[in-house]
Amino acid sequence: MAAAVAHGGGHPTSTGTTNRKLMMWIFLGSECLFFGSLIATYLIFKHAVIERGVGPFPHAMMIDGHEEHGILNIPITSTSTFVLLMSSLTMVLAVYGAQHARFKMMKLATLATILLGLAFLGFQVYEFRSFGAEGLNLGTNLFGATFFVLTGFHGTHVGVGVLYLASMLAASFRRNGLGPEVGEHMEIAGLYWHFVDIVWIVIFTLLYLLPA
Amino acid sequence: MATVAGTLAHHENSGVWSWLTTVDHKRIGALYGITAFSFFMWGGVQALLVRTQLAVPHGAVVDAKLYNELFTMHALTMIFLAVMPLGASFQNFLIPLMIGARDVAFPRLNALSYWVFFGGAVLLTASFFFEAPGGGWFNYAPLSEKEFSPGLGIDFYVVGLMVLGISSLMAALNFAVTIINMRAPGMTMMRLPVFIWMSLIISFLLILALPPLTVALIQLLFDRQFGTHFFIAGEGGDPILWQHLFWVFGHPEVYILILPAMGIVSEVIPVFSRKPLFGYPAIVFAGMAIAFLGWAVWSHHMFTTGMGAVPRTIFATNTMIIAIPTGVKVFNWLGTMYGGNIRFNTAMSFAVAFIALFTIGGISGVMHASPPVDGQHQDTYFVVAHLHYVLVGGAVTGIFSGIYYWFPKMTGRFLDEKLGMVHFWLWFIGVNLTFFPMHYLGLLGMPRRIYTYDAGLNWGFWNMAETIGAFTIAAGVLIFVINFFRSMGQEKTAEANPWGAATLEWATSSPPPEHDFDVVPVVRSRDPLWYDRDHNIAPAEPTGEHIHLPPPSYYPILMATGVVLMAMGPLSHLALTAVGVLIVVYGIWGWALEPTE
Repeated sequence: MAAAVAHGGGHPTSTGTTNRKLMMWIFLGSECLFFGSLIATYLIFKHAVIERGVGPFPHAMMIDGHEEHGILNIPITSTSTFVLLMSSLTMVLAVYGAQHARFKMMKLATLATILLGLAFLGFQVYEFRSFGAEGLNLGTNLFGATFFVLTGFHGTHVGVGVLYLASMLAASFRRNGLGPEVGEHMEIAGLYWHFVDIVWIVIFTLLYLLPA
Repeated sequence: MATVAGTLAHHENSGVWSWLTTVDHKRIGALYGITAFSFFMWGGVQALLVRTQLAVPHGAVVDAKLYNELFTMHALTMIFLAVMPLGASFQNFLIPLMIGARDVAFPRLNALSYWVFFGGAVLLTASFFFEAPGGGWFNYAPLSEKEFSPGLGIDFYVVGLMVLGISSLMAALNFAVTIINMRAPGMTMMRLPVFIWMSLIISFLLILALPPLTVALIQLLFDRQFGTHFFIAGEGGDPILWQHLFWVFGHPEVYILILPAMGIVSEVIPVFSRKPLFGYPAIVFAGMAIAFLGWAVWSHHMFTTGMGAVPRTIFATNTMIIAIPTGVKVFNWLGTMYGGNIRFNTAMSFAVAFIALFTIGGISGVMHASPPVDGQHQDTYFVVAHLHYVLVGGAVTGIFSGIYYWFPKMTGRFLDEKLGMVHFWLWFIGVNLTFFPMHYLGLLGMPRRIYTYDAGLNWGFWNMAETIGAFTIAAGVLIFVINFFRSMGQEKTAEANPWGAATLEWATSSPPPEHDFDVVPVVRSRDPLWYDRDHNIAPAEPTGEHIHLPPPSYYPILMATGVVLMAMGPLSHLALTAVGVLIVVYGIWGWALEPTE
């Protein structure tokens, strides 16, 4: 009997997908438009930054006949990208553990995901500080504005994800753990986490890897 | 908590606290409705001030600055605090009842949506105590930048719309999941009532259209508070970017405003024509087509910005194509009435007036879909006439139809038909008297958003007529308010299905019990109650199944307080934002751990 019960994640629904999971999927659709708008803003202003000629610039480029160095540190950010991608692996392991009642594995993998997420945020803090030291701020030029707002909001999403997973980890130590729907809970957290990782892959490609 | 039907464990059902903590979709719908109608009247007062100022040349009721604030706040109030939440009020009340569910998918999230809306509405309106936003509801850069608008007005606009956007996003997610996932047995997608289809479409429009607006607001906030130059041309930024991001939201937004009314009249017209809706699949797919095309037309608001011939051609073509699905709907409604046994009561009168007034607005919309024509219409009263015909003549007229139609279901009482018809005629005459002359004044060249004009321009006569029309509308609304309070003082006499309607909300008592349905209905047709009547299928007896209702919760209102505090940070001190974040995080934890069984 579909949709007989008015709420609750684990009850039968019209589609078979639980309400919570369906909502997370639709919410991530909304998030696509959010990051899409921020990324579009970056791409729109990319050439305006070069034309205006006020540095620092993201990539090495010729401005008024002399070479300006690029401020983006590709090796370091490649490392932090690797760290974030590994967090997706540990997230998969955490979901696997939750769905197969291997709770020790779930807790360890969740902890690893949190630590990798924090490490990524540490890289980002380092990057922001070093850019600041080189004279790039929000108001310096449009590269600064688009870069800090886009990566800053991505970092905020990672931070929210860390808080989300830390709350789940803490709750998993209660007497009943995360309850009978633990697999569902972790899977939804995983959806969010993987989405944030995928967004970073797009940002990393468009901001760091594509040359001017 | 689980109890047998008939001996439900009722939660505390009266008193202020029960309303502050309610998670019942019907009560939240009532809260939305009363709040939104109050703001509708407040937005009306602003409109009357505007009309009084413009009644005669060299009007001196308000000065230029207050005039700018009034027309800006009139638009913001009517769009975000009145018409959108009135739609949400119907959706809250009707979605579970019409699909045969006992509540929305996330009852507490529903309450949170309302309280965040309430907080955002109060925050935006409180700007009048400091400085109200005065840059138009579209709030174009560079006027909105710190250099030209140094006061708090634009900051109120930014944080107010962010808060309201959060509320709308949460409500839309909730409704989308509810409609997709909570349908009664047999309620397939192609048996959903048209109002539900329109609600689903609106939900997805909101879910996808709000983020670009949020990004634009964030960028404006950073421009004003943190020294970026997103929209400042002198520093390499681009004011046109604001226009694009705003209208990528803004054009889907106009469908968000009109589609609830289209859904409402699609329910009202079949009932009072005693005929099933003509061309149900056509009207559903036309709604989807409107929503889909609505994404590809935003730049028709920007024809005069110098986009070049190719984009202008594409956006003009797309805009004209939207007239096709819209026309399909109009013919569906007319086809439903054709040959029907029509009852012209108040609800039906408003529904038929909706078709007429909306069509007039739709036709002038096709006119300025043409870029050369738009070049003449741009920023004149012709556009004001167009948008008011679709929003007042369309959206609000449709909402009134819905109020008269569902009032017995919502309250158990009827609105008086005599007063209702007085309301209807004052409204219908007032709307036409106010907004039709605006076409003429626009073609004469009267610009929008001017706070006064010279006597020698010959604009005085029609402006006076419009002002008289505006007060006629106000008189109609006043009659409605009197009608409302008179009815609320009377006995509950409405039976379950007083109009002989076909949809599920009429299968339960008026007003419905807290758990909506004693037995979850089984749907066998697109018009379930007519099908069951014609096939002599009696409603199922209560089986004593367990009916579980979620307990009330104070976390929604607590978290809404946190959200509003977060938004007040940029207006005063960022420490408030930090306090707000802490309250929200605490609220989420409490929410997650709160027992709901």
